Amino acid sequence: MKILTTSFLTCAVKACKSSPLSFPLHYKDAELEQSDIAYNPRFLINILPRIDWDAVRVTATELGFTVPEEKPELPALDASSSTDTIEPADEKTLRELHTLLLETEVREGKLVCGNCGHEYKIKEGIANFLLPSHLGEFELFPFCFLH
Amino acid sequence: MSRPEETLPPDLFYSDAESRKYTTSSRILSIQSSMTHRALELLNLNTPSLILDVGCGSGLSGEILSSIPPSEGGPHIWIGMDISASMLDIALQRDVEGDLLLADIGQGVPLRPGSIDAAISISAIQWLCSADSSDVSPVGRLGRFFGGLYAALRRGGRAVCQFYPKNDEQRSMICNAAIKAGFGAGVLEDEPGTKNAKLYLVLTVSGGDVPKGDITGVVNGMEGVDIMDQRRGGKAGGRAADDRKGSKRWILKKKEPMERKGKVVKASSKYTGRKRRIAF
Repeated sequence: MKILTTSFLTCAVKACKSSPLSFPLHYKDAELEQSDIAYNPRFLINILPRIDWDAVRVTATELGFTVPEEKPELPALDASSSTDTIEPADEKTLRELHTLLLETEVREGKLVCGNCGHEYKIKEGIANFLLPSHLGEFELFPFCFLH
Repeated sequence: MSRPEETLPPDLFYSDAESRKYTTSSRILSIQSSMTHRALELLNLNTPSLILDVGCGSGLSGEILSSIPPSEGGPHIWIGMDISASMLDIALQRDVEGDLLLADIGQGVPLRPGSIDAAISISAIQWLCSADSSDVSPVGRLGRFFGGLYAALRRGGRAVCQFYPKNDEQRSMICNAAIKAGFGAGVLEDEPGTKNAKLYLVLTVSGGDVPKGDITGVVNGMEGVDIMDQRRGGKAGGRAADDRKGSKRWILKKKEPMERKGKVVKASSKYTGRKRRIAF
């Protein structure tokens, strides 16, 4: 489970969708692993505006990393320009972001929702987001009370 | 061919043996890869993007997403969702690059609003049409899936879902669920009328830089695609004139449900809805 993915995941329980506590999910007993992924500056520049930096900071602090308080500023790249035009200072930021967001993975552990406390187990990098049926389909339950 | 959806729910059907069979069959491999390429062509991505693979299975289509060369806008980063643990286990053994989630798409998509660029789904959403327990309904599950997907896509994002509907009823059930969620939806049919017909549901989220906010804008300029617009939008003016209150058609429309209810209704004839002339 990459940190990038974690920064987009919320609790799957429908009642938690409206609560600000359900995001970000909090790591518990996380085991980290460093993987090797091809460096892709264009992807980072594309995805960075959509990342909630406060959430990344919370996650990174829980995993024992330190990240700057402000979201790094990156130049906008248009589709035609090549990667050679990136300034060395930006290049360094991009490399660091790449290592943090894409190459750092959680192998084992748990993700906990801050609102309902539901624990999503992570095994071999795969998070289990299956909900027991009473949580997944609870909107059908009001009908049961009518009888 | 028999339909696996009718035998068992997906998490049980794709057992270890069935998953291995699926991933090693060269016939399935070639069909999957051609469908993935077609879906990517419809998505028309020109920068490396974050893609959600719905029903990713053993990561066959994900591998293609990771291997798109930079000249064609790749490589993409993807997140896969699947309900079958055995399929995901094979994906792990094959060492795919994307992140995998064990999740039921009928329970929604557990992602932040506006987080992904695009979504693809190859031969997965027909599984939502069969309910495997009494406390779930196919319409409800389809609604939650498309609702979640619509929210998770960024403005101007696209999704392409290839699916095998059992009949026209399932096809319209799936399309209507997508439209109800807010998507601009259209169906592209490859090789229509043959046994190899493939249906692609092309979904667009309005906003952003989509040239024209629906499928006709997506396939515009593609080779060998005929557009059949079956929407009523174009004919709206004519229809309103025909259905005017007091017209013959309006009267017949009102009479029909009354007749069905068993009410006493005057017989319809050529005089129905005609003006009584004063000339007598």
